[in-house]
Amino acid sequence: MSTAVEVTGVHRTYGSTTALAGVSTTVREGSICGLLGRNGAGKTTLLSLVAGQERPSSGTVRTLGHDPVESVEVLSRTSFVRDSQRWPDDFRIAHVLSVAPAFHAGWDAGLARDLVADLRVPTRTPIKKMSRGQASSVAIVLGLASRAPLTIFDEPYLGLDATARQIFYDRLLADYAEHPRTVLLSTHLVDESESLLEQVVVLDEGRVVLDADVDTARASAWTAAGAAGAVDRVVGSRRVLARHALGGLASVTVDGAPDEAVRREARAAGVELGSVSLQQLVAALGAGAPTVDAGAPATADEGALS
Amino acid sequence: MFDEGSPIFQQLADRIADDVLAGAYAEEQQVASTNEFAAFYRINPATAGKAVNLLVDRGVLYKRRGIGMFVAPGARDLLVEQRRARFAEQYVRPLVREAAALGIDAAALTRMIEQEDQS
Repeated sequence: MSTAVEVTGVHRTYGSTTALAGVSTTVREGSICGLLGRNGAGKTTLLSLVAGQERPSSGTVRTLGHDPVESVEVLSRTSFVRDSQRWPDDFRIAHVLSVAPAFHAGWDAGLARDLVADLRVPTRTPIKKMSRGQASSVAIVLGLASRAPLTIFDEPYLGLDATARQIFYDRLLADYAEHPRTVLLSTHLVDESESLLEQVVVLDEGRVVLDADVDTARASAWTAAGAAGAVDRVVGSRRVLARHALGGLASVTVDGAPDEAVRREARAAGVELGSVSLQQLVAALGAGAPTVDAGAPATADEGALS
Repeated sequence: MFDEGSPIFQQLADRIADDVLAGAYAEEQQVASTNEFAAFYRINPATAGKAVNLLVDRGVLYKRRGIGMFVAPGARDLLVEQRRARFAEQYVRPLVREAAALGIDAAALTRMIEQEDQS
């Protein structure tokens, strides 16, 4: 299996601001990788480096086997539709669709037309005057229909309603299944996108705090909930990532995997063990927005995907 | 569609196994492809692939090269056997524990089960 993206010891500073502080990761070719983290964690910077739109201050970036900066091989095989994509003033969706094939050998005009219809992209409105969600839809059309070997979505869902996001997820999976390629997707919507992802990289303050395949990541922590005293006894000296209390009840997220002794002890003490969702794990690592109201115990079935 | 209890591939494997057990897929019948499962359940195709491989390892499904995945002969009996082995742990133990917490003794519990069985 070859590697689509290889980032090694990358630092990126802007003046006195450090955006990335020693990031290393690899993304396997043909996988969907989610890049998670809070605003300012360095997600967009990392994606820009991978796409060759910026250079690292130090460290190396290899994209599709090349240094991506000004590389024809990389640029012709990468689709990176930025959040802040600029278009000429009078450009409408038809103009975009007519120039896109020039940049992407794999461009599928039929898919683009379907997506424009499904996402209800207005055909008469200049792109510059589109709403946030409509502009996001244009970016999704470009990203998906490019069929680029490396497709990068930087928070592609801003302003989209739940239905449009579901269309995006469905079309991404369907097209990816037929035309496998490497997809990098940065997102805050962890619960929504978890099932799409094979690998997850979590950034916090310019550092990688988690890099694993999704199943491994979710198995890397567990929760224990019940009477506070019993929970603390069961957890013992294990590393606690997060703790929530409600009166005499406690729910803790614990690093590692529960062994048989813990399971036995928990059963005897009436403590409920559960597995973590990716969102809970990201939050527990300090990299997510707090999702649990103060005092509310996080139970195993909270926030279940429906 | 899936909860947080266990890895998604595990849940999908259980779901396919449920369908085999319920007879929704007959033995020697072809099951959906990995990509079809992925699209239907809105999950990564690699995850769907893991679920299918897990069932192949357990002898529930088998692969016919170039054609697809099929339900193995004897898969249903195999699943019944596996699930019976787990039945006490999965269902009886929590039931007895809850009953004890409510002060329902074994005799009363047995009567309730008999009543339920007759209705």
